[in-house]
Amino acid sequence: MDQLLNDFSPGLFIMQTIILLVLIFLMVKFAWKPILNSLNDREEGIQNALDAAEKAKLEMANLNADNERLLNEARAERETMMKEAREIKTKMISDAKEEAQAEANKTIAHAQAAIESEKKAAISELKSTVATLSVDIAEKMVKGELSDKSKQLELVNSMLNDAKLN
Amino acid sequence: MRLAPNTLHFFGIILFLFSTLSVSAQEPMAQNVNDGDRVNTNSEIDAYKNHHIKDAHDFHLYSYTNDAGERKHVGFPLPVIIWSSNGLATFMSSEFHHDTDGKVIVKQNGSSFVNLHDKIYELEAGATAVNFDAEHHPTNAALPLDFSITKSVFGILMIGLLMIFWFSGLARQYKKKQIPTGFGRILEPLVIYVRDEIAKPNIGEKKYRKFTGYLMTVFFFIWILNLFGLTPLGFNVTGQIAVTAALAIFTLVIYTFSGNKDYWMHILWMPGVPYVLRPILAIIELAGAFIIKPFSLLVRLFANITAGHIVVMSLIAITITLKNELGAFGSTSLSFVLSLFLTLIELLVAFLQAYIFTMLSALFIGMAVAEHDHDHGHDDHGHEVADAEDVRADFI
Repeated sequence: MDQLLNDFSPGLFIMQTIILLVLIFLMVKFAWKPILNSLNDREEGIQNALDAAEKAKLEMANLNADNERLLNEARAERETMMKEAREIKTKMISDAKEEAQAEANKTIAHAQAAIESEKKAAISELKSTVATLSVDIAEKMVKGELSDKSKQLELVNSMLNDAKLN
Repeated sequence: MRLAPNTLHFFGIILFLFSTLSVSAQEPMAQNVNDGDRVNTNSEIDAYKNHHIKDAHDFHLYSYTNDAGERKHVGFPLPVIIWSSNGLATFMSSEFHHDTDGKVIVKQNGSSFVNLHDKIYELEAGATAVNFDAEHHPTNAALPLDFSITKSVFGILMIGLLMIFWFSGLARQYKKKQIPTGFGRILEPLVIYVRDEIAKPNIGEKKYRKFTGYLMTVFFFIWILNLFGLTPLGFNVTGQIAVTAALAIFTLVIYTFSGNKDYWMHILWMPGVPYVLRPILAIIELAGAFIIKPFSLLVRLFANITAGHIVVMSLIAITITLKNELGAFGSTSLSFVLSLFLTLIELLVAFLQAYIFTMLSALFIGMAVAEHDHDHGHDDHGHEVADAEDVRADFI
């Protein structure tokens, strides 16, 4: 202990105190403060970058999910559109068919009606012609019979031949 | 390679200092001065050890005997600054001509000074030589206040400059880039280590920042000085009790002045303890805070470093002391192996003591600024429940 106290140099103690004070001051001002600030800044920067990366990853995942969703929606929409189109197509085809059928039926009906009326007209004309011819024949037979029997027969024959030609 | 020119520059300055000063410092000396003389006997070894672990007024590198049989000392003198009874006296230590026995008297400002075992004494007025009593204590000389740039002060200044040079360099690097290069890449992890392993866990996330400057300065100061103490330059700065005392008192001042209400409460009027015991506890706590804590800091560092130096020198001395028993080769090899092994341990101790000093300082500061949450601190019977902060005290 005596040795220790003897070795204690007050001058060295004072010098050490002064130098240490100055050293702490200088080191804090020129080294520790800027170093710690930079380290903190850097660590914050790294943390922020990591957070941002994490966020970007999340956003990316969201975006992917969105894309997937949109794609699905589009696919569904296409599906429905296709279905609708198909329906419209069949409907259109069937409609057209029906319409065509109706038209055809109508035309046929028209044609039949026309044929019927023409037939009637022809028959009535034939009837009138046959009546006139019969009347004519009857007249001529009556005239021929009245003059000569043979000649009357001849006349009837020739008339009949004429009638055949008509 | 930014580092190389800087380093070369730095070592260039040191070499320049050494070379210029050493030439001028060569002095012929009296044969009977034991300092730096050939060391051959046990008592001389003891004297050499004692001389080494003490502070010195000149920077002595080595001695040799020249062809003419004269002892030559190589080193450089350091300025002596003394506040004597006649005012300030300054001269170079070379004026003592390497004398440490009080034989050479330097007169200045009407005062006479002698160098006695590397302490400078001022002779009483009228005295022309030192008189000794039976225990070899001077009877007619007193110790003045000695502000000399001694070897230790020189070492402190050198390390201080080195630290400023290194770490301000690191600080400057951050202005230009995020990640330092060169030597800064070595320093940066050390800075982060002190911050994350010493300051933060012991003081707490919220308050560590204010004290980190002090802790870092002290950590690197002690560590680098410890390491330089292991070099053949022969500093023993952290083995000077005045230096460790100053460091410990810095810590004491810091934790005393930053202590919060809780801290003083726990010292002066310990809560959760019977009232009768509180004054007794206060005395113990006061003694702990103002005497035991700083004393443990200063003695631990001083004793560890001094012991390390003494043991290394003793092991080196084996080469002399066991020469007769083992022969020159045997004693030298034994001494080499042992001292090499111990120097490796001392390398570890150099770091360990810096770490312990800084860690304990941080711990003491942390205990002074800790926020105690009193709601959880007591159980139903009023006993304090130990939480992390209180348990820490058990490790001291």
